[in-house]
Amino acid sequence: METQQFSQLGETLYGETLDNGLKVYVLPKRGFNKTFVTFTTKYGSVDNTFVPLGKSDFVRVPDGIAHFLEHKMFEKEDGDVFQQFSRQGASANAFTSFNRTAYLFSSTDQVMKNLETLVDMVQAPYFTAQTVEKEKGIIGQEIMMYNDNPDWRLYYGLIENLYANHPVKIDIAGTVDSIAKITAEQLYECYHTFYHPSNMLLFAVGNVSPDEVLSFMRENQAKKKYEKAPEIKRRFPEEPAQAAEKEQKLHMNVQIPKCLVGVKALHTSQRGAEMQKNELVVNLLLDMLFGRSSDAYNALYNDGLIDTSFSFDYSQEQGFGFAMAGGDTKDPDLLAKRLKEVMIAAKEGKGLAEEALERTKKKKIGGFLRQLNSPEFIANQFTRYAFNDMNLFDVVPALEQIRFSDVLETAEAFFEEERFTVCQVLPK
Amino acid sequence: MAISKETVRKMKGYTLHTIKTDKYKTNTLVWKMKAPLEKDTVTLRALLPNVLQSSTKRLNTTAKLRAYLDDLYGAHFYVDTAKKGEYHILTFTIEIANEKFLQDAEPLLQRGVEFLAEVLLNPHADGGQFDSQTVEKEKRVLKQRIQSVYDDKMRYASMRLIEEMCKGEPYALQANGVLDDVDAITPADLYQYYQKAIREDELDLFVTGDVDEDRLAAICECLRFPDREPTRAAARTLQKVSSVKKIKESQDIRQGKLNIGYRTNITFGDSDYFPLQMFNGIFGGFSHSKLFLNVREKESLCYYVASQIESHKGLMMVMSGIESANFDKAVSIIEKQLEAMKNGDFSEQEIGQTKAVIRNQLLESTDTSRGLVEILYHNVIAGTKTGVEDWIREIKAVGKGEIVKVAAKIEPDTIYFLSGMEGK
Repeated sequence: METQQFSQLGETLYGETLDNGLKVYVLPKRGFNKTFVTFTTKYGSVDNTFVPLGKSDFVRVPDGIAHFLEHKMFEKEDGDVFQQFSRQGASANAFTSFNRTAYLFSSTDQVMKNLETLVDMVQAPYFTAQTVEKEKGIIGQEIMMYNDNPDWRLYYGLIENLYANHPVKIDIAGTVDSIAKITAEQLYECYHTFYHPSNMLLFAVGNVSPDEVLSFMRENQAKKKYEKAPEIKRRFPEEPAQAAEKEQKLHMNVQIPKCLVGVKALHTSQRGAEMQKNELVVNLLLDMLFGRSSDAYNALYNDGLIDTSFSFDYSQEQGFGFAMAGGDTKDPDLLAKRLKEVMIAAKEGKGLAEEALERTKKKKIGGFLRQLNSPEFIANQFTRYAFNDMNLFDVVPALEQIRFSDVLETAEAFFEEERFTVCQVLPK
Repeated sequence: MAISKETVRKMKGYTLHTIKTDKYKTNTLVWKMKAPLEKDTVTLRALLPNVLQSSTKRLNTTAKLRAYLDDLYGAHFYVDTAKKGEYHILTFTIEIANEKFLQDAEPLLQRGVEFLAEVLLNPHADGGQFDSQTVEKEKRVLKQRIQSVYDDKMRYASMRLIEEMCKGEPYALQANGVLDDVDAITPADLYQYYQKAIREDELDLFVTGDVDEDRLAAICECLRFPDREPTRAAARTLQKVSSVKKIKESQDIRQGKLNIGYRTNITFGDSDYFPLQMFNGIFGGFSHSKLFLNVREKESLCYYVASQIESHKGLMMVMSGIESANFDKAVSIIEKQLEAMKNGDFSEQEIGQTKAVIRNQLLESTDTSRGLVEILYHNVIAGTKTGVEDWIREIKAVGKGEIVKVAAKIEPDTIYFLSGMEGK
């Protein structure tokens, strides 16, 4: 067991890689009632073309299959695992993102029992033609629910605009037509390829003992047979640097128009410290330009172009990434124009001041402390960082090292007209 | 079980609730202002916190105010309006880093309290009116916020259900106010209302974090208000349902939104409130509940289906997203589940699961300052003294007979359906 101490933050992290390759981490949180556990595989909606375990040729699986698989993991021959979690006082859930699928529970009681339920559930797939069919109606309604949500459509519409070929442009849940094609055999194929322990990470945080979790996990995993898995072969199409589409207008049943401006990321092959730094620099840059103390935010707000729904964000992953800014607006074209102008001007350093960087760094450090109150944040983000060879607990020192010149250089390189796109939701 | 204890102290014009715990990296201040929910004041109250949070006399632009907060290690400051029963609650929250986790030792908690006092007591106003530019800006944003409910169809359907079900009752009002009443508000009207709210609202400050209660009370001396006797909302009257209202509307959407409202006639502080919590848990509150198992798992009719109770008004709401053609089938399955509850057709296992999950939910919510404050604030609204331990003990003690008795009281009032236009 390895121990990492973060004394300024008052946290100690315990971790170990088990014999079958599974990584297990525990962060005890004093004073918390609950324990939150995530069991995550590095497998999401973008992993749609790969060589299945034991085969030699690439296959292309139906859109939405990673998410479909996530739904079906809860059903076993003897019933629904949700039932067992609630008997044990736990609340369980799961989610699928572009590149991860996470199974999770939180509980204040019977934590070790719930941990066993979670791990055994994820490691014992059970799919039949009949259970697969049944799920299609449920997921079909999930897809419809998102289809009616204008903010969701706006966000995914923007990503669709940015990418020409990369599967990040495909809805995580797929479509009613694509999921209709999913079979139990395909689910098994995806499962065996991506749910090998060496492709997974378990994180436990809260009112929990590192020794207890680690010794349980060692014993539990030793009982299960896993062949040594070869490295997973995924394939992604070539993707140009520029945005695929300049704009998209979606007409929906809304009263207030919505507008997002997106910028396609550079450097999406970065990993580790380099990626961490780039991600932080872009986030600082956006905050300096569009945060509530910025000139641009206040000018847009005073001019009636944005309201409190305005937000901005940057995320970078392997092979894709994007910055976006926008929200509800009475004039979506003017807002798009003004947001782009602010970013283009920032290439020359306009709107960026050294004093604002220092203030924004303090804001980010305080924000990070606030996030450390949340077991959910810690488990999910630690896992995301680890899958990209970064350490969540390096955020504060990494922030402290960022110089004003880093921000200026990034603004110069990042804000390029050809990588911009606009997505709008407009009243019908 | 580690439940943080609440210490209560009478201050000048308000009550200070301190919850000392060392589990957070931040300290959180939650300022609550409570008054009856009324048509004449609801829009003023919805606007007020947004004007107050924009600027102060000293920090007289939003840019200056936000830069000041950024410098305090990004103190997180936001306002919210909500209705709890027939009260309209304004909430100002400041979450600020605990300096013991930082290299520099600025007294951040004290700065946070001083900032709150500045926002509440030294607003950007002059000559009996708020800064007119600020008011006009926030009026525009408020109108947009009220309208935006229409765009989120799940929220819209919930709102329409309440409007129809509670027609003529204050509860039919929205916490964000009335769209048509926004324009007429002048900076002077709002300032007058501000003075009235500061004079008459019931005021509470909740502080969670690693704080010393005496020191905190000393810091809070900068917050002083006139003493007052808070106004109570009109006493609840028993609502009898004569016949179930059915409202159907259609819009150009993909999925139908089904919302059903029930009268429980039970509110927080009543002896059968905890049996009602158990009822809701078995019926529709969780993923082991009857609604989830029967509407979703058995029939594959939906992705979401759940029930929730409104603790201070005595309502229960069921919501689900379904294909419009399945309306009758879904309603009939939901009705059957309520029938089963009334007939006592639920097992000891369902009771046990629900107790375990509610206990877990309570304990988990005490791990967040927001969750803990929400649980404790029930007492301010209902005039009770129920701690988290009491909740847990009461839930544990509920027997099947009490749940069946509660079920007998629950009456469907209104079925609201927002359907898609398929086939039209």
